[in-house]
Amino acid sequence: MGKELQVAALESGTAIDHIPSDQLFKVVGLLRLQDLKNRITIGNNLGSRKMGTKGIIKISDKFFEEDEINRIALVAPKVKLNIIKNYEVVEKKRVTLPNIVIGIVKCNNPKCITNNEPMKTRFDVIDKDKVILQCHYCEIKINKEDIILSKGK
Amino acid sequence: MKPKSLVNIDDYDKDDIMRIIDTACKFKKNPNRQLLKGKVCAALFFEPSTRTRLSFETAISRLEGRIVGFSDTATSSATKGESLKDTIMMVSNYTDLIIMRHHLEGSARYASEVSPIPIINAGDGSNQHPTQTMLDIFSIYETQKTLQNLTITIVGDLKYGRAVHSLIEGLSHFEPTFNFVAPEELKIPEKHKVFCDKKSIKYREFTEFSLESINDTDILYMTRVQRERFTDLMEYEKVKNIYILKNDMLKNSRDNLKILHPLPRVKEISQDVDENPKAYYFEQARNGIYARQAVICDLLGIEVNS
Repeated sequence: MGKELQVAALESGTAIDHIPSDQLFKVVGLLRLQDLKNRITIGNNLGSRKMGTKGIIKISDKFFEEDEINRIALVAPKVKLNIIKNYEVVEKKRVTLPNIVIGIVKCNNPKCITNNEPMKTRFDVIDKDKVILQCHYCEIKINKEDIILSKGK
Repeated sequence: MKPKSLVNIDDYDKDDIMRIIDTACKFKKNPNRQLLKGKVCAALFFEPSTRTRLSFETAISRLEGRIVGFSDTATSSATKGESLKDTIMMVSNYTDLIIMRHHLEGSARYASEVSPIPIINAGDGSNQHPTQTMLDIFSIYETQKTLQNLTITIVGDLKYGRAVHSLIEGLSHFEPTFNFVAPEELKIPEKHKVFCDKKSIKYREFTEFSLESINDTDILYMTRVQRERFTDLMEYEKVKNIYILKNDMLKNSRDNLKILHPLPRVKEISQDVDENPKAYYFEQARNGIYARQAVICDLLGIEVNS
């Protein structure tokens, strides 16, 4: 595959690269991109030498807060962030999982209070490498592959 | 500042456990005191539990406190669709302490976060029941005069038994050795073995309820093997009569051995054991009153003299 751009270049904003194709729309949801008015380009199932296929999201004139962007480590811990200003990459970043995840993951235990009361979920990240969460309330542990995002995320 | 609550046995460190035991010993000598005079305690039982409720009510009554509340959701506002938060906020306006049992896991933790008064978790689904653990540990201390370096054999349903899991956590401060005796389907879950490994706690696993596991133990903690826990009923039929303690199995047991059971007992301890002085389960249930009196006074900051 040649070096041509697979998604249009960005003048200013954030490019999120190396998103696993099957996680792309979860990343969209986690960042609430559906609520933004900015210009957004989403590419999926693009060729990648390392990953086979990958997804890319480019958001014009949007620079995320650390807490906001780190959420996506839940589903795509290896993404690469490029912060772009004036068509130049001014910063390259990785995402890291926070110690506590509030309000974005659903507890898988139907008997957990968080699934029965109008309240935010809260998980302690007990293993950042393997992405294992523990519900602060019912105490069950959730492995990465079993993570379900809360409705509307 | 948030008031202290007891939601999980983890909320207590080693010193807390020893302090509660010390206070429970004082209450055992004299359980009738006027320490809760003028106090109102709420007993919110969103799920019925006769044994635990009676134990708490007795504990409070003997300290001359008053109790308000309900014993099942049919008589609570939860049936009208009120949220747990609203119920807790309302009740906390009326009372000094809330004791709650709820079928949803994590409900007591949530209640403790929204409540301006102390919460005692009297069971949240299959999650935690810390006052049961405190009465178990108090009974172990009382019968062995120590908690250090004891061998505890736990028999029966080690997979779902909440009392068992909390007991392992609560005793983890005291260098115990555990024998886990359970049928294949009800073996101790991996996470509890990982917990023991992390804390350098020695344990052995048995699928046979053998004399070997009884004879070298200080505490024999029996639990119910329930039919509904089995996915394979053939398996239940095979094991249902194996995990039953009979009096003749205690012949070569240690002199200091005591038999505990969180109750209710069904068949797992045969009636002939009741006469054996090593049977301690009814006394253990009685200890629930003193352990709960100790927890209540501790949370309310009430000093207990000897």
